[in-house]
Amino acid sequence: MSARGTSIMAADIDHRALAPSLPRRAADSVHRFFDGDVFYSFRNSPVAMISFAVTMVLLILAVFAPWIAPHNTDDVSTLNLMNARFPPYGFTDDFGTEGVAQFLLGTDDQGRDILSAIIFGLKVSLEVGFASVILAAVTGTFLGLVSGYAGGKLDSFIMRIADVQLTFPSILIALLIDGIAGGLMPRALHDEMKIYVLIIAIAASQWVNFARTVRGSTLVEKNKEYVQAAKVIGVHPALIMFRHVLPNVTGPVLVIGTLSLAIAVLTEATLSFLGVGLPVTRPSLGTLIRIGQQYIFSGEWWMTIFPSLALVILVLAVNLLGDWLRDALNPKLR
Amino acid sequence: MAEAVQRRPSHDGVPLLRARGLAKYFDVSPPFVTRALQGAGRSILRAVDGIDFEIETGKTFSLVGESGCGKSTVARLIVGLYEPTKGHVEFDGQDMAGLTTRKAMEPVRRRMQMIFQDPFASLNPRWRVADIVAEPIRTHRIIEDGREVLHRVGELLELVRLSPRDGEKFPHEFSGGQRQRISIARALASNPEFLVCDEPTSALDVSVQAQILNLMKDLQRELSLTYLFISHDLAVVYHISDYVGVMYLGRLVEWAPAEALFHNPQHPYTRMLLDAIPDLDMSGRPRQAVAGEVPSPIHPPSGCHFHPRCPFANDRCRSEVPKSLPRTGGQVACHAVEENRIPETGKA
Amino acid sequence: MAASTQPPLLEVKNLRIEFPTRRGTLVAVDDVSFDIAEGEVLGVVGESGAGKSLTGASIIGLLEPPGRIAGGEVYLAGRRIDNLPYEKMRQVRGREIGMVFQDPLTSLNPLYSVGSQLVETIRTHTDMSESAAQQRAIDLLGEVGIPSPKIRINQYPHQFSGGMRQRVVIALALCVNPKLIIADEPTTALDVSIQAQIIDLLKRLCRDHGAAVMLITHDMGVIAETANRVAVMYAGRLAEIGPVGQVIKNAKHPYTHGLMGSIPKLAHATERLVQIEGTMPRLTEIPNGCAFNPRCPKVFARCMVERPDLTPVDSSQISCWLYDKTMERTGSHG
Repeated sequence: MSARGTSIMAADIDHRALAPSLPRRAADSVHRFFDGDVFYSFRNSPVAMISFAVTMVLLILAVFAPWIAPHNTDDVSTLNLMNARFPPYGFTDDFGTEGVAQFLLGTDDQGRDILSAIIFGLKVSLEVGFASVILAAVTGTFLGLVSGYAGGKLDSFIMRIADVQLTFPSILIALLIDGIAGGLMPRALHDEMKIYVLIIAIAASQWVNFARTVRGSTLVEKNKEYVQAAKVIGVHPALIMFRHVLPNVTGPVLVIGTLSLAIAVLTEATLSFLGVGLPVTRPSLGTLIRIGQQYIFSGEWWMTIFPSLALVILVLAVNLLGDWLRDALNPKLR
Repeated sequence: MAEAVQRRPSHDGVPLLRARGLAKYFDVSPPFVTRALQGAGRSILRAVDGIDFEIETGKTFSLVGESGCGKSTVARLIVGLYEPTKGHVEFDGQDMAGLTTRKAMEPVRRRMQMIFQDPFASLNPRWRVADIVAEPIRTHRIIEDGREVLHRVGELLELVRLSPRDGEKFPHEFSGGQRQRISIARALASNPEFLVCDEPTSALDVSVQAQILNLMKDLQRELSLTYLFISHDLAVVYHISDYVGVMYLGRLVEWAPAEALFHNPQHPYTRMLLDAIPDLDMSGRPRQAVAGEVPSPIHPPSGCHFHPRCPFANDRCRSEVPKSLPRTGGQVACHAVEENRIPETGKA
Repeated sequence: MAASTQPPLLEVKNLRIEFPTRRGTLVAVDDVSFDIAEGEVLGVVGESGAGKSLTGASIIGLLEPPGRIAGGEVYLAGRRIDNLPYEKMRQVRGREIGMVFQDPLTSLNPLYSVGSQLVETIRTHTDMSESAAQQRAIDLLGEVGIPSPKIRINQYPHQFSGGMRQRVVIALALCVNPKLIIADEPTTALDVSIQAQIIDLLKRLCRDHGAAVMLITHDMGVIAETANRVAVMYAGRLAEIGPVGQVIKNAKHPYTHGLMGSIPKLAHATERLVQIEGTMPRLTEIPNGCAFNPRCPKVFARCMVERPDLTPVDSSQISCWLYDKTMERTGSHG
């Protein structure tokens, strides 16, 4: 009863050649995507479109931060203490200082422009988020695939590690890795390495989700007849795993990846807020919130409220996008 | 070989494939802790319990039986998807148990392929048809040049009455029957001599089934293929087979040339199966109501597995496993047949 | 059918079932009319996607959304039932129409004993006392051939084998002596030997209870054994409807003719089976005129443009232009 794939082929009828050029295959794929159910579902979901737009805007801001941000907060030499603690434009603080247009969201105690700090913080947060999710996804998918396909002792071994992993909260792992790294490395190097420590810590807490899901799908896929057919043909097990099974288990990975990105950004913010995250020299959104909240009782609310808002918007948008993606890719809900 | 000739005196064909004492047991015990708590022992499912048969070059040998009789397990044992618990599979005189490495298996893999039951599961949904059909060619490096591979794929698609242009498409663009053709094209890609067909038409509608059965017969003639055909549908089996084996709870109870088996069935189970087929000719033939159901294969009845449902069962059937003995060009494993306790059927 | 003083038990007039999709509306059942007399067994055959199960589901009001009845009327003993509100339809379903589905596992609730499901059904639709209903349930189980029903009645569905479960489902359908039983592929999931038992049982029960049966199946053998009349469906339309002997031995519609030839038979061996070229069109691609025209060996110009209606030929009704009275082609088939 499927109505799919009927319109595409009509145009191809006079193509005699069996090997289409790469661009045509790519164009074909693009066509199939826009013709497909996922895109249709996207077009019919305002939530998905808005959250996608917001995520995109934030991504662009983060990627092009040095060109978009009004001030370069990375460059300490541009800071001027005279500019410290300006309220946002249009507001007046308790001392009667009026906000200026130059610093739209006000400045912090060092004279940093909050808007620029948020944009750069966004960049750092997303960098950590993406890096840790990619690390977790690759590791988790690989381990899940191997675990599910090989089965037996290897499967038990990997899954027991996963179980143990799940009993530790990510914050504990981050503190642990951070502590070990701090003990082993000199101070300066430690600060520099902190971002990697953070990425590994967050990834360590997330790979289990990927591994479990991929293992589950792999268990289903490996018993399907196309896998048996490949075995009968004599295809190498590694090739069966990566060329046959892997493409059929990646759907959920995309969904978990998106949802994990939100969690990763949040975890990073939490860790930075607690002080075990990124140093002040490379502030992420979490770091900004931590610095800002020291001033909230002295009336400089903007230093913490705006970074917090940015964090909420980012996490919410990514989460809604992930939710939609999960529903759109779930054939049962279609 | 001498043994083979002796076993089947009416035919002097050379067996391409021979199964000797083939058995596969599965351990279906509950987990250790559960067993310990319940004080239960291991439960072993004897899916295939020591069967012997031979398939002559260029012929079709079919295995029929109801679900759970082990016929699909036999198919998987033959192509090496399962390791036999006991017994041997010999392909062209070579014992496959000796081929332990993938490299040693490769020549046999090229010569022996399989067609599966579910046309919706047997093709990788993410692959283009051309890549699916080309997989055996690329795996065994039968043709090295990329363009020639695609040319060969086109030929194969034409062989199964599809268009070479169909290689471009994805499996979901095809109907069940067309997918089964793709499956056949893939199986033929490495020029095999022997095809194991596991219920290749049972997921298809009758009119499509007819197309596939005709195609399989044509291909057998054109490419001199040998088939092992697994099915639960007796009419299909009668149509396609030269020899038919009937399985019941892991054992081969009877095998014979198709004509003999269908028109002069010996084993009471074979007779029962034939009697159960709905009568399309509406001859008003009175049917004997078939009693009972297939028992659990984990705890099969003692002696002859069929005795609880058999109208001719006696004490010997309940205690002693019957041996396969020659009869009407084939073999029958039944005490009642051996002792001539069964009246001849008035069929044919 | 011929006019009689009494209306037929079931009358389906111009039934049309549509599935709205984003690529337009699919017509899954198109202008299907037939009736079933009291105590009659009507077999409905067709290949998968022919619309036979949808027709059955729409009669009992169990069409799954987004499918909907877009036209036509259904009468049960002269009373229109296709437009009844849900609650009224539910009563009709239990009391006047019984149902037997393909998979006995899905029609039984695994959490309740077989007896309590029977008793509940009986008591919902009659005002029998608990003990009387219990007795009736035991009688029913005995009647459908379940050994020692007094013990079995307290067992759960998973304690029954496939064939026994199907017997329970039949008992459930017969609970309140319905006038009509709709059986959708009742033997498809069963082994041949069990299949024969269930067919015999259905036949005997309908004779004893005087119930009419709409037997939906793809298996011509089952029809030949059971039905009085046969309706052959193709691509959502009726191709042929007539007495079972006529349709099976002397099929008139080219589709039925091909279908019968394509079934392997035990009585006479043939080298090749009759082959209908091509496949049934997808619902999105139903051709103009007669839906069978691209595959029909006897196709002529009129078939491509005009859709044939059911016309009486002998004791059957055929929708094929070969039998159109206005042309002199009647009887020219092979």
